[in-house]
Amino acid sequence: MNEPGNSAPSTDSVPPPPRPSSSALAVAGRELWRAPFSAKVGLLIIATYIFVALFAPVIAPYGESEIVGPQFDVWSEDHPLGTDHLGRDMLSRLIYGARNTVGIALLTTLFAFLLGGTCGILAATLGGWMDQLLSRTVDVLMAIPALIFAMLLLTIFGTSIINLILIIGVLDATRVFRIARAVSLNVVVMDFIESARLRGEGLAWITMREVLPNIMPPLVAEFGLRFCFVFLTISALSFLGLGIQPPTADWGSMVRDTSTLITYGDITPLLPAAAIAILTIGVNFVVDWFLHKTSGLKDEH
Amino acid sequence: MSESQGELLLEMKGLRIEGYSDEQWHQIVKGVDLTLHRGEVLGLIGESGAGKSTIGIAAMGYAKPGCRINGGTIKFDGMELTTMSESKKRKLRGARIAYVAQSAAASFNPAHKLIDQFAETVVEHGKGSREQAYADAKELYARIKMPDPDRIGFRYPHQVSGGQLQRAMTAMALSCRPDLIIFDEPTTALDVTTQIEVLVTIRDIVEQFNTAAIYITHDLAVVAQMADRIMVLRYGETVEEADTRKMLSAPEKDYTKSLWAVRSFRKEDEAPAAEPTPLVKVENVTATYARGLVPVLRGVDFEIHRGHTVAVVGESGSGKSTTARVITGLLPPQEGKVYYDGQELPADYHKRCKDQLRQAQMIYQMADTAVNPRHRIRDIIGRPLSFYLGMEGDARERRLRELMEMIELQPDQFLDRLPGELSGGQKQRICIARALAAEPTFIICDEVTSALDQLVAEGILRLLDHLQRDLNLAYMFITHDLATVRAIADEVIVMLQGQIVEQGPKDDIFTPPHHEYTDLLLSSVPEMDPDWMDRVVNERREKGGLGAAGN
Repeated sequence: MNEPGNSAPSTDSVPPPPRPSSSALAVAGRELWRAPFSAKVGLLIIATYIFVALFAPVIAPYGESEIVGPQFDVWSEDHPLGTDHLGRDMLSRLIYGARNTVGIALLTTLFAFLLGGTCGILAATLGGWMDQLLSRTVDVLMAIPALIFAMLLLTIFGTSIINLILIIGVLDATRVFRIARAVSLNVVVMDFIESARLRGEGLAWITMREVLPNIMPPLVAEFGLRFCFVFLTISALSFLGLGIQPPTADWGSMVRDTSTLITYGDITPLLPAAAIAILTIGVNFVVDWFLHKTSGLKDEH
Repeated sequence: MSESQGELLLEMKGLRIEGYSDEQWHQIVKGVDLTLHRGEVLGLIGESGAGKSTIGIAAMGYAKPGCRINGGTIKFDGMELTTMSESKKRKLRGARIAYVAQSAAASFNPAHKLIDQFAETVVEHGKGSREQAYADAKELYARIKMPDPDRIGFRYPHQVSGGQLQRAMTAMALSCRPDLIIFDEPTTALDVTTQIEVLVTIRDIVEQFNTAAIYITHDLAVVAQMADRIMVLRYGETVEEADTRKMLSAPEKDYTKSLWAVRSFRKEDEAPAAEPTPLVKVENVTATYARGLVPVLRGVDFEIHRGHTVAVVGESGSGKSTTARVITGLLPPQEGKVYYDGQELPADYHKRCKDQLRQAQMIYQMADTAVNPRHRIRDIIGRPLSFYLGMEGDARERRLRELMEMIELQPDQFLDRLPGELSGGQKQRICIARALAAEPTFIICDEVTSALDQLVAEGILRLLDHLQRDLNLAYMFITHDLATVRAIADEVIVMLQGQIVEQGPKDDIFTPPHHEYTDLLLSSVPEMDPDWMDRVVNERREKGGLGAAGN
C-alpha cells in the first residue's frame, strides 16, 4: 500500500510512536512557527486589518463622516492623507472603511457558505431529484453574469446593506454549492457513510457529523478565496454607486469619490484600492498555505 | 526454472533508501545486498512496509517521489546506476530493465490502444519501426495465448479483462527484450482462476527469453512457483535468503517460520447444532442493477444458522457482495425475500426498525474507508453504544474499554486516536469492535482480510473465530481466498455469474466430486509446493482446457 514515505512498519505487534503534545494551542503555535514566509506575511496583514477594524474609533484621528477641512486638501500634519471631496479626513475614512467593507464582506461570505455549503452537502447526500432540483437551479443562477445580475437585483430591491449581503450571498453561494457538492460526492460513496446509513442514522447526523468534517479543508480554503471575490464585488458595486451608501466609509466608493484627483497626478485615490489589494494578497497567501497543508494531510492517509 | 549460474547481471551492495514524511527522513531500506544472474528469478517477499517495492524499483536506479537513495551501490551489467545521469538511465529503462506494476488497469493509458502503447517503447528506444513493433506484439500476444492475438492489441485497455490486461502488460515489458524485468505484485489484484493464467504466462516468458526477473509479492505460495531463489525482507533488512526449495523446506529464522506457518490456522471447534429456525434465510432472491437492466443475482437461496460461519466464494462479479447488499437492504431485490429469525425483513433498509438494523452488522474490506478519518476511535465505537443501546457516561466508557479488550487493543493507548494513526490491521479491529458494539447476532464480513498482510490477516481470523465462540455469532464470510475458507468456514456457498453453483458443509465442498467450477476454483489456489503449478498445468493440458478460464 503506502510503502515509501511510511517507514513505520504496519504490524500489530509494533508499538505506535508516541503522540506529540496535542493541546490545540500548542499545535497551532507549532504550525505557525513552521509556516512559510509568505503565510506569515499574510497572517500579519490579516491581523493588522482586524486590529484596525476593531479599534477604528480609537485609532482614527477624526470621525467617520465628520467634515474637518477644505475639499481635496493636500497631505499635511493635520490630515496625513489629505481630505476627500467633501473635506472629510482621508486616513480616518480609510480606517473606518476597514470596518465596513471587511465586516460586510465577511458576513456576506459566511451567509454564502451557510447556504451554498448546506445545499451542496444535501444534494450530494440525498441525490436523486433533490440533487437535480438544486443543481439545475444553481446552473440557471450561474448562467447570468454575476455583477450585472447583482446590479439588477439591487436596483429592484433597493440598495440597503441587508439587501447587499443577501443578494451577493445568494449569488456567491452558487459557487460554494458546486464545490461543496463535488467534494461531498467523493465522501458519500465511502463505506463509513454506508455504515452510518445501515446503522439507521438520520440525515442530520450523516451530513453534519460524517460528511462535513471530511470536506472542511477544501471548504475553508475556498472560504478565503471567496472572501476576496465578495470583497471585490462589494467594492465594484460601491464604485458604481450601488453598494454601501454614503456617508458610510467604504473603500470602493472612496476610489470613485476622489477619482478626479488622478487627473492631477495625486495618488490619494489609489490608497483605498491599495488597501483592497493588500488584503486580497494577504488572504491568498494564507489560503495557499492552508491548501498546501491539507493536500499534504491527504497523502498521509 | 534453470539452475542458472549465468553471468552476474545485477548487484546491489549495502543499499540504503530513505523516505521523507512527518517532516523528517526515515530509513526505509537499511543496507540490503542483492545479486541476480542472467536468467534467474529472485523472489522478494515480506509484509507491506518491508521495503520490497522500494528495492525493486531501485533496481532501475529510481526512487519514488519523496524517497532517495542515500547509500550503497547498484551495479547493472557492470554499470553503476546510483551515479549515472538521468538521461542515460532513461535509455536503460524500458529497453534493458522493464517494470510490471501491480495494477495494469492503472498503468495503461486508457486513451491509447494496447498495441500503440506496446510500440511506443520500441520506437522511443529506436529498436525498430512501428510496423515491426506491431508484428512483434502480435507474435508475443500469440505466445502468451491471448485470444485473437492479431486483433486484441487494437482494443483499448477497458475493453479487455483484468487478467488479459496484466498479460498484455507482461508482453509490453518484453517489447525491447530486456535483460531484467521487475514484477511488482502482478497478480495480487486478480482472481485465483485468472492468477494462474498470468503466472503461467510470466514463467513461460521468463524461461523462453532467459530473462532475469525480480518477483515481488507477499503471497508465499505464488513466490514458490515463480522464483529460483527467495529473499525475505522485514523493516528494510534482509531476514533470510536461500534457494526456493531449501527456503520452503527448512527456513532458518523465526520470522520466516512464522510466515510459513500462517496458512496452518484452522478453526478448532465444531459449529453448534443447527437450530430449527435459521437466523438468516435468503429465499429465491433475484436482483438487478440499473432499474432491471443488468441482472446480477438469479434465484439465490440459502440459510445461515446461529453460531455458524457461511463462506461465500466466487470470482469478482459473481454476485457475492450483491448478496450482502440484498441482505442489508441496500439493494432491494426484484423477487424473493430475506427472513431474520423467522420474520420477514423489509426489503429496503429505510423501512427496517432500529433493532433489525442492530442485529445485522457489517465489516468491510477496506478498513481505511470504513471508518470516518475525522472521528476519534472513542466516537467510532461509542456511536453504536449510544445510538442503539442508549449508553452514556460511565456505562458507555466501561463498555468501550471492554470492547477494546475484546479486540486486543489497549484502551488507554487507542481510544483518543484518529484512524490515520493506526495500522491496517488495527483499523480492521476497530471495525470489528464497532460491529460488536451493536451487540449483533449476525455479521457480514466482506473480504475483511484480503487487504491485509498474511500475518495480520491470520490474527484477524483468530479474533473473529474466538469472538464467534464467545458470543455465538453467525458470520457470512465473503471471500475469494480459499485458504481463508478452509480456515474458518462451516458451510460454503460457491457462486458464479449471480447463481449458486454449489453449497453445503465445508468438508463436502472440499472433497470430490466437485462441481466443474468448484474444481477449477479449488485447483487454482496456489500451494506452497514449488511443483504445484507444473502439476496443475499438466493436468489441465490433459483435459485440454488451459487458456479458457481467464478468457
